[in-house]
Amino acid sequence: MKVGTPVTPVKTPMTELPSASGLKVIVSSVASDAHTWNLVFLQLLLEELGHRVANLGACVPDELLVEECRRQRPDLVVISSVNGHGANDGRRVIRELRGHPETAAIPVVIGGKLGIDGADSTDQAGLLEAGFDAVFEEGASLASFGSFLRSIPAGVTT
Amino acid sequence: MTVPARRPAPAAPPQPLPPGSFGAFVSAARAAGRLVVQPRMGMSDPRAMRAGLAATRAADATTVGTLTIDSYTRVGDQAAARRALADGVPLNGYPLVTYDPAVTRSVLDGIQDHTFPVQVRHGSAAPQDIVAALLLAGLDATEGGPVSYCLPYGRTPLTASVENWVRSCELLARTRDHGVEPHLETFGGCMMGQLCPPSLLVALSVLEALFFAQHGLRSVSLSYAQGTDPAQDEEALHALRRLADVLLPDLDRHIVVYTYMGVYPRTPDGARLLLEESARLAVRTGAARLIVKTAAEAHRIPTVRENAAALEAAARAAEAETAQAAAARAETARAEATQAAAARAAAAPAEAASRPGAGEAAASRLAVRPVPDTGIHAEASALVQAVLEISPDLGRALPLAFERGYLDVPYCLHPDNAQRTRSYLDTDGRLRWSAIGSMPLGGIVELAHEPRLTSGGLLSALRHVEQRFDAAALDPSPTHRPLGDGHRPPARAALLEEGR
Repeated sequence: MKVGTPVTPVKTPMTELPSASGLKVIVSSVASDAHTWNLVFLQLLLEELGHRVANLGACVPDELLVEECRRQRPDLVVISSVNGHGANDGRRVIRELRGHPETAAIPVVIGGKLGIDGADSTDQAGLLEAGFDAVFEEGASLASFGSFLRSIPAGVTT
Repeated sequence: MTVPARRPAPAAPPQPLPPGSFGAFVSAARAAGRLVVQPRMGMSDPRAMRAGLAATRAADATTVGTLTIDSYTRVGDQAAARRALADGVPLNGYPLVTYDPAVTRSVLDGIQDHTFPVQVRHGSAAPQDIVAALLLAGLDATEGGPVSYCLPYGRTPLTASVENWVRSCELLARTRDHGVEPHLETFGGCMMGQLCPPSLLVALSVLEALFFAQHGLRSVSLSYAQGTDPAQDEEALHALRRLADVLLPDLDRHIVVYTYMGVYPRTPDGARLLLEESARLAVRTGAARLIVKTAAEAHRIPTVRENAAALEAAARAAEAETAQAAAARAETARAEATQAAAARAAAAPAEAASRPGAGEAAASRLAVRPVPDTGIHAEASALVQAVLEISPDLGRALPLAFERGYLDVPYCLHPDNAQRTRSYLDTDGRLRWSAIGSMPLGGIVELAHEPRLTSGGLLSALRHVEQRFDAAALDPSPTHRPLGDGHRPPARAALLEEGR
């Protein structure tokens, strides 16, 4: 099994101690991606920051992600993919999420290794236009992910 | 904890294998003292696939060939594989099911024979079509397993995977009617690629081999992937052999080691050192076959040339280890003969016996010392026994064992995995349990009061081997000089001092 190149670890500053409530976050892969260490890492990271995580695991079909979002009403969806098909699969699944009234407003971000030719070639603007709230490509710092998390209010969609 | 009660190996030898079968080839190499080395290799273009197999065969090593299928075929999306071929899009493997069997036979013609068996590697939880296609192409060796090709790679329910694997085993086994001896290798010893404690890998490998045997296979191999610590790996491989000897006495079987499957060293020298260490591990533990990795592993899919270089580097390291062990044995025998002569010459036998023996000294200096037993065999036995107690029919027992959490793979996110166990990498470089969930390991495993694994800790653990070997490659000091001269990387030396 191939393991995706891990993101550079950063020490969590003391100022990032978990907030009292924390967010309800769904972590998920995309339909074609069987990698999971990236998902395990994100779960641990989010939990350290005080958030609650439902990890859907590898090879999540579009319908399952939509269904889980309708059922769980998360504050945030974090999609991670490292097999190079993430941008493709991501564009498809975000259309689904934005197309359902119950899931249209949930903040959704995507990150990892999204294309087969490295971060520079990914059409980040296209992903944002398709409906993602943020794109964190390989090489993006965890600090920027952290500040994004702090910008999400808890309990808005529930 | 004892091994599950089964009769020990009967006196009657197993049936001889048909010459040319995968099992017979590996047995013959082992009898001749040669480690069989094997690449991972799959190309969508039949000419390139043929050239890759030819290069594997031509490598200066005892090799078997590999035909790895692409990921579309792995998940059963033949339409996508056909489209890619029609559009000239290269795939990440050989689309065995999509090509006409005649095409595959032309790939193998004149290359695959009794001196060069070829194994199909796939990764599928529903391999019936792949097995049917490989049989049509005249092949009879493959690998995987109902658990190991289901839990880590997707969401296929475990019960569905078990049914698929029952049918696949039966398809393979039926070829025995035509005078061939099909071979099936477990992937259970490689679960998750890294961070799975060895006892669970050993148990899963044994359980999948038992499953294969229950569904008609007579020639199997049991896998184990090199982990983070050579002594721990050595202990695990001895445990795997002991369990296989007791539980699979009537089968042709061998052990196959995989060079480290996790995050790989980025430097060419670091990659080579890790490969060489895996080859020595295989020889020290009596494994018959090694699946290699290349220096390109951290960066991209390796070329045929890089694969051949890795096969040859592994073969040289194995030969050096074999020669060193033989020299040690010869030295021990000489010393023992001298000691025996001295004992005979001594007037009082008791006095002679109490003298520090030259033989013992030589043995402790030179022979391969058994590694300390830290409980891997006891843990693996308990896991295997708990599963067999659910039902002797493993097709029934395995899904129930996961449902009850008797088997529970740490960090595996599959919906059928209980996800109540956790492992961690200890400061001495060994993998340990930090949570055993409902696995029947209470009283066997000593749980450390390890602080919760953090995201940063996970990354360090995933990169531990990469960093250790890259550091060894980049540091020119004598303690980090290239292996093959008896040197072991730092963690092993530290371990022996600790006597773990």
